[in-house]
Amino acid sequence: MMDAFDFVAAEAALLDSGRFDDWLALFAPDGHYWVPLLGAAQADPLSHNSVAYDDRLLLQLRIDRLKNPRAHSQHPKSHCQHVLQRSVVECDDKASGEMTLRTPFIYIEARGDDQVLLAGNCRHQLVQGPDGLLIRQKRIDLLNAQRVLPAIQLFI
Amino acid sequence: MNSYRNRPEAIQALVQDDRVHRDLYLSDELFALEQERLFANTWLYVGHTSQVPNPGDYWSLELAGRPVMMVRQTEGVVRVLYNRCAHKGSRLVSDESGNTGKFFRCPYHAWTYRLDGAPLALPLKAAYADTRLTECESGRGLVPLAQVAIYREFVFARISEEGPDFQTYFGEVLGAIDNMVDRSPEGRLTVAGGVLRNVMQCNWKMYLENINDTVHPMSTHESATRAAADLWQGHTADEPKPMAMEQMLPFSAGYDFFDKMGGRVFANGHSVLGVNFSIHSNYAQLPEYEAAMRAAHGEQRAADILQRSPQNSVFFPSLSVKGSPQAIRVIRPLAADRTLIEAWSFRAAGTPDLLFERAMSYNRLVFSPMSVLAHDDVHLFESMQRGLRAEGNEWVSLHRDYDPSERAQSTITTNGTNELLMRNQFRAWAIYMASGDAATP
Repeated sequence: MMDAFDFVAAEAALLDSGRFDDWLALFAPDGHYWVPLLGAAQADPLSHNSVAYDDRLLLQLRIDRLKNPRAHSQHPKSHCQHVLQRSVVECDDKASGEMTLRTPFIYIEARGDDQVLLAGNCRHQLVQGPDGLLIRQKRIDLLNAQRVLPAIQLFI
Repeated sequence: MNSYRNRPEAIQALVQDDRVHRDLYLSDELFALEQERLFANTWLYVGHTSQVPNPGDYWSLELAGRPVMMVRQTEGVVRVLYNRCAHKGSRLVSDESGNTGKFFRCPYHAWTYRLDGAPLALPLKAAYADTRLTECESGRGLVPLAQVAIYREFVFARISEEGPDFQTYFGEVLGAIDNMVDRSPEGRLTVAGGVLRNVMQCNWKMYLENINDTVHPMSTHESATRAAADLWQGHTADEPKPMAMEQMLPFSAGYDFFDKMGGRVFANGHSVLGVNFSIHSNYAQLPEYEAAMRAAHGEQRAADILQRSPQNSVFFPSLSVKGSPQAIRVIRPLAADRTLIEAWSFRAAGTPDLLFERAMSYNRLVFSPMSVLAHDDVHLFESMQRGLRAEGNEWVSLHRDYDPSERAQSTITTNGTNELLMRNQFRAWAIYMASGDAATP
């Protein structure tokens, strides 16, 4: 159990330190990163649109883009900080090794003189990989996903 | 900054044949005048009737700073009313959407109105018996927008009573809505998938110009398209692509591609970019869907509809339409340096889910607050908003392919990288802005 709590904290720490390749390695081959447009109310990613719905290929593309000096919006660079509340285990299937954790968060993204502040709940659906836990889905339910948002440059 | 209110010639001087003055983007006074003259006297996009499917359904929004709402009537038609109680000005509804039942009831003093805005009842009615209430605006109920037109379920309104009628104002560009609707074998679209909303610290005209800017993708989007190309390296050209790749790779098609796609301008600032082809032309074919289109429209007409897939069709000044993928962008100017962009997707009746997924996927990749591509656009719009304050050059260049004879014609078909598509927007802007007449609703 402690492993899963540590995993969630370590995952956010990788993003906060800009180690995006290491972060992507936490995703299972069929892993998805999902920010539903309806927040917690959204049932699935296909019947309604999302702020983001990325498979590993698209996550890799975003990360590769960020490395390019001609990613113009990264001058100045963005930095992020996840502030996590204690995770709650929502599902723990001992037989399959799958777990779902819900983690309330505040996310701050700073760029130049501007800061973006977002809040919500993060849901990690974790599976057992060959060398430990992997993310099958990281779902981010924003408090106000349907309303106007400014540009979010990194990963919540 | 200059004072423009009573100086139409000064406004006219801001739009030269081949360049525009920075005050168009920077001046708070010009923005206030745009709210009075440009946005009040032109036809603005309000919404789609499928947003209010049932009697009593409303959808509220701000149209050029005015609170309005689309309301489905008992008999089925959709009306557009100001969202303002006739009594003291409270909005009747403050949720974005909902169902009001058989009437509107102001939460403040319980004045009620029928769905068409006619006054129904108010408390202490006898106390008004000997007053002038029924003779003035306050006794007449909710005010309808001066002019409303519903074109194939797309709802437009004009704030001012005066001005060109709907068909005259938009003319041939309405074909872009026809094409989008005709892509449904049943001729019916429904707004679906929600709306992505992005706010940016730039003037709305920078966004609208960029919709017709075919020269920026190669440099502005280099980081994203380079990453996409590198990830897709080694695959053959005809290999089926993941949807994200299919939609992103064409962005780096090159100057020649964008030039040859062609463009067309119309009177009043409207345009179609990609009259020959566009980055949307080579999406994977869907044989079953095409068969359904042939069954509905006949061989030739189905081919015509499906072959036509422009990059963007601009309904100046508030709407940009894509027929494929079926998506629109709505430009909602908030201030001289603040713009809200909404990206809506549509489900077309009688088409496979894949078409709807294309519309959502495209909006998500290109127009979401977490877009893979738009960050670089928005960064550059905001960068221009700051850069234009520099001294020594107060002008924005629109010289590319300028030809003096273009001034004498209203409809022109030209090459895709000609900045005529932008010059044409500013010429319409100048006509409405220099007219000097405030809106007279």
